[in-house]
Amino acid sequence: MYQYLFRRLLLFVPTMLLATIMVFALFSIVPGDAAVFLLTGEDAGGRVTNDDFERLRSDLGLDRPVYIQYADWLWGVVQGDLGNSLYYGSPFGLELLERFARTFELAVLAIVMAFIAAVPLGILSAMKQDSGVDYASRVIALLGIAMPTFWIGVLVIYGLTYGFNWGPPLVYAHLWEAPWENLKLMLLPAAVVGFHDMAFTARVTRSAMLEVMREDYMRTARSKGLREWVVVSRHALKNALLPVITVSGYQFGRLLGGVIIVEQIFVVPGVGTFLIDGIRHRDFPVIQGVILMTAAVVLLLNLVIDMLYGILDPRIRYS
Amino acid sequence: MIDQTSETAILTREAVAAPGLAKRSWVGFARFVRTKPLGAIGGVLVLMLVFVAALAPVLAPFDPRSTPAAPWESPNSTYILGADYVGRDVLSRLIYGARISLYVGMGSVLVGITASFVIGVALTYAGGVVDMVAQRIVDALMSLPGLLIALAIMAVVTPSLNTVILAIVIGMIAPVIRTVRSQVLSMKELDYVTAARAVGAKPNRIIFRHIVPNCFATYLVLATYYLGFAIIIESSLSFLGVGTPPDEPSWGAMLVRASAAHIKSGPWLAIFPGLAIFLVVMGFNLLGDALRDVLDPRLRGR
Repeated sequence: MYQYLFRRLLLFVPTMLLATIMVFALFSIVPGDAAVFLLTGEDAGGRVTNDDFERLRSDLGLDRPVYIQYADWLWGVVQGDLGNSLYYGSPFGLELLERFARTFELAVLAIVMAFIAAVPLGILSAMKQDSGVDYASRVIALLGIAMPTFWIGVLVIYGLTYGFNWGPPLVYAHLWEAPWENLKLMLLPAAVVGFHDMAFTARVTRSAMLEVMREDYMRTARSKGLREWVVVSRHALKNALLPVITVSGYQFGRLLGGVIIVEQIFVVPGVGTFLIDGIRHRDFPVIQGVILMTAAVVLLLNLVIDMLYGILDPRIRYS
Repeated sequence: MIDQTSETAILTREAVAAPGLAKRSWVGFARFVRTKPLGAIGGVLVLMLVFVAALAPVLAPFDPRSTPAAPWESPNSTYILGADYVGRDVLSRLIYGARISLYVGMGSVLVGITASFVIGVALTYAGGVVDMVAQRIVDALMSLPGLLIALAIMAVVTPSLNTVILAIVIGMIAPVIRTVRSQVLSMKELDYVTAARAVGAKPNRIIFRHIVPNCFATYLVLATYYLGFAIIIESSLSFLGVGTPPDEPSWGAMLVRASAAHIKSGPWLAIFPGLAIFLVVMGFNLLGDALRDVLDPRLRGR
């Protein structure tokens, strides 16, 4: 048991380290470097001399060897210092954290809503295989997978503007200051993101349930006279839900991709809008920070899931 | 006497075989349509995309970059799907947009899936430390959603159709490598590979004569699915304003001005480009499901 947990933990460290290297490398192999972008960007204006360029490079520490830059940056990251935004010239770590909390809230809401809708849908679909209900839920799943998130978002906004004269709010309500307002704001974007996840989770639930239904212990449960709903809820669901939870946990990363887009449509000041602004301004430290934080959260989540899985399902840790 | 009959039998078989190939593929096609109606619908949607993309100059009533209409002109007999915020014909831009979707989709899949196969097969044969390190890199890449990786790449390159392809390829390569690697690993244990090794075939021969041809089905299925993925990522990037250059009639970019403030002025701009993306992606997904069932019985029902 402990050996399994330890092995899994040991795997986490090099993966995380590699993620930092990749994130750092991407922004070091750029033709030219951040200094060039800063000086030649549309916001710089005016003429630049070679001296300006060299001064900026040494200010930003870009004249040092790459591995020293990396070590310096990594040391900062470990201490919680992500550096300064190139565009605003000030540290952005705290703001990123604050924005990430909002994004995280949105993602959690989405995954909860998706789960609540998807699991009954998947169960119903599996119990009445090839019936009208089954086909209906499979069509919904297909819609969720093929409809691009931003289109759903645009359509929802269109429907609300047209039908109820409602527009995305211009002022954001904070969770701690106005929890009810905040929930009202977040529910709609969360539903849009969750739709895709719901489709996927329903599909997984369906196939997990179908697999469990064929097991011998299901026949035993039925033949000893248990009522059907007891058989389904106590025997089938308990076993089928484990893979469903794992898979939707792994889906969390993909969910964050959807959140980036939806934040843009519903004007949520989360990490997605931060990232897009960062890309528009070529603000490399900000982009690095966002990506690193996402990778860390996803990897940690996967670690937790794997560990839970090892605790809940003894078959895993012996294989 | 006996010889003669067998000779005629061979002759007649050959005579039948000549038109037989066409007939046989027709029969196979008809059976595909009958047993996989959803897959056939997917195939029709994909064919329509190819058709529209190929004949764009003939089909489009206007130049996609010209502004013949008034801004936000509603759909009428001249501009069937209306005009956008500067007065470009939406239908023409949709038709030319099919070219972008197809180009980026095909480009990403050809480069991305092929590269993943080469890397995946090489890794299983390299083994040891190389494989171990590559696995960790794949893990690290998998921790980020494809869209986020693509966004990061777009932040450091100049936006163009080909850099969008590069961004999509890097965004999709990790999960594909993982799939290919696990499949090649299980294939190496199959009897015919063991048999080939037993008669002294060298790794090169085993890879190219036994493993690669048997991966063809997987390649086709993965390519079909990831075409849908690539088209979604391309349109997401241009929707976010960091993908395809703004002048190009990309479906995702067409939706940008449709959102938020402008939505009341022209709902047609919100509906049609999204519908196009949706139909094409659904087409590739349906076709992929059906192909997987037909080509690879081992994956059936998963």
